Amino acid sequence: MALGVEPPAPSSEPGVPLSRTGRRPGQLEGPGTARRYKLYFLLPGLIVLLLIILFPLLFTIRVSFSSWNVSQPGLDWIGGSNYERLFADARYWASLGRLALIAIGTVAIEYVLGFALALLVWREVKGRRFFRVLFLVPMMTTPVIMTVIWRTIFHESLGPANDVMALFGLPAQQWLTSSGAAVVSVMIVEIWQWTPFMVLLLLAGLLSLPREPFLAAAIDGAGPIRTFFRVTFPLMVPISIGAIIIRLIEASKIMDTVYVLTSGGPGTATETSSYYIYIRGLRDFQIGYAASMSFAYLVIMIVSLTFIARGLNRALAGRRA
Amino acid sequence: MSRLYPVLKYGAILGWSAFVVAPFLWALTTSFKTINGVTSGPRYLPWLQYEPSLQGWTSLFGGTGGIDIVQPYMDSIVVTLGASAISIVLGTLAAYGLSRFKYQLGFVKNSDIVFFFVSQRIMPPVVLAIPFFLMLQFLGLLDSALGLIIVYVALLLPIAVWVMVDFFNNVPRQLDEMAMLDGCTPLRGFVLVVLPNSLPGIIVAALFCVIFGWNDFFFAFTLTFTQTQLLPVAIVALNSSVTPWWTLSASALISVTPLVIIAVLVERFLSRGHLAGAIR
Repeated sequence: MALGVEPPAPSSEPGVPLSRTGRRPGQLEGPGTARRYKLYFLLPGLIVLLLIILFPLLFTIRVSFSSWNVSQPGLDWIGGSNYERLFADARYWASLGRLALIAIGTVAIEYVLGFALALLVWREVKGRRFFRVLFLVPMMTTPVIMTVIWRTIFHESLGPANDVMALFGLPAQQWLTSSGAAVVSVMIVEIWQWTPFMVLLLLAGLLSLPREPFLAAAIDGAGPIRTFFRVTFPLMVPISIGAIIIRLIEASKIMDTVYVLTSGGPGTATETSSYYIYIRGLRDFQIGYAASMSFAYLVIMIVSLTFIARGLNRALAGRRA
Repeated sequence: MSRLYPVLKYGAILGWSAFVVAPFLWALTTSFKTINGVTSGPRYLPWLQYEPSLQGWTSLFGGTGGIDIVQPYMDSIVVTLGASAISIVLGTLAAYGLSRFKYQLGFVKNSDIVFFFVSQRIMPPVVLAIPFFLMLQFLGLLDSALGLIIVYVALLLPIAVWVMVDFFNNVPRQLDEMAMLDGCTPLRGFVLVVLPNSLPGIIVAALFCVIFGWNDFFFAFTLTFTQTQLLPVAIVALNSSVTPWWTLSASALISVTPLVIIAVLVERFLSRGHLAGAIR
């Protein structure tokens, strides 16, 4: 591996003074030694990750051009016919649309709730340390295991969910057996589990904000709502974009919750892409076809996440001007 | 407005707290029920609404109609801690290198390498499951703790690198320099000077690794069967058989409790401001 050793250009580190020895900080040794040492740091981790990840990725691409299934396991070459089948598979595209709906819907709700909750326990609240811990707890718990509990909660006659509905004077729901309610149930569990992650990221951001803009706003006599829109929110834009993207990436992998709560049902009402790929690949053992779905899914995810990140940057950062 | 505001504020906090706590309380009360307490509709209060029993809890340790939870617990601890430790060591080294030195291979630069590490999180588990299955089969590591540790390193290493790169970027370089002036090699300086001062970052990275390792289900589910069984798999297996709710509830509570302690630790680092750098 020929990792070059161009020393960092002086202009790349503005404001960092030269040390007494005349070397730039960060340029720790003469070129010859630095080359050796810096590889010692990076290579172990990089090689391990490449070994573990590269094989599965390349293998998946190769398998997607084969007809590998339960009766004919093996790597033959059938060209792009898996991909042709994929384009005609309405169930695949429906699962992608459903995934987009569930992922974007839950992340939007999580962002609004998470931001509100982070603001609530940011300052001047009694017992805020306690509530901060409490607000973090769900993301620490194992999703599948808590979903097992949620399944008993959503039980139509024996679970408490319909009791709570009655408490608010609302009609009882078939939480897991009617298609509309099942989607809502999956979203409720996801929101319960992952809003804490939003709280964590946004609260960490809030706690790192500088104090001066808030003092200035206070001197100008700005009220809390004005301060939020003029000071807090603009300062939080970069962190917000990061948090939303991280959550979208994680939410797009939704699988455990669906598997335990509804198994994709009723019918295919809660079947997301991961779950459909799981059914074709690991239940029907259509390995070749599942691989083509996986690879297409990866490409679609990377492209759409890039666009979403750009769109968010424009929409949120534009407001700052 | 000004008098209504605190009411709204604490109302919202308590409302969300109730939502957060509700599943745990429901599991807690269910874990003390017997067949009558479950099948007669939702019951909440022991003694008043149903007769409590310890059956759910004893069934976890070889009692009637239950499972032995001790072995899956041990397997989960071994796999989670093993994979987390490897990820932290490799991730900290790589992150330090990426933060202090400049690497270049063709058009690939530092930021691209960081992105490569972090982007592994985009891969949905289902895409990797089949290749991992064949890979472990080839290595003879299917259904073993070691096989799972290898797979989990791929999941946790990106998290460790992500947290540590930002952490090192915020550690002043003067620190490393002083070590160099004292005649340390970069490796020695790293171990003797940088590491001790990076403990908060390492702990945060370790906490995240443990959370995501402990909570994974899908890989444990597809890559292990009988010899090795992690907690989530053992408990979900109960869910799909005709296991009573009291055993389910008790086993769920016993497996998520250690992670609640981690929530306390994470909050400590959060309040001290150690998490701020990791998300920019």
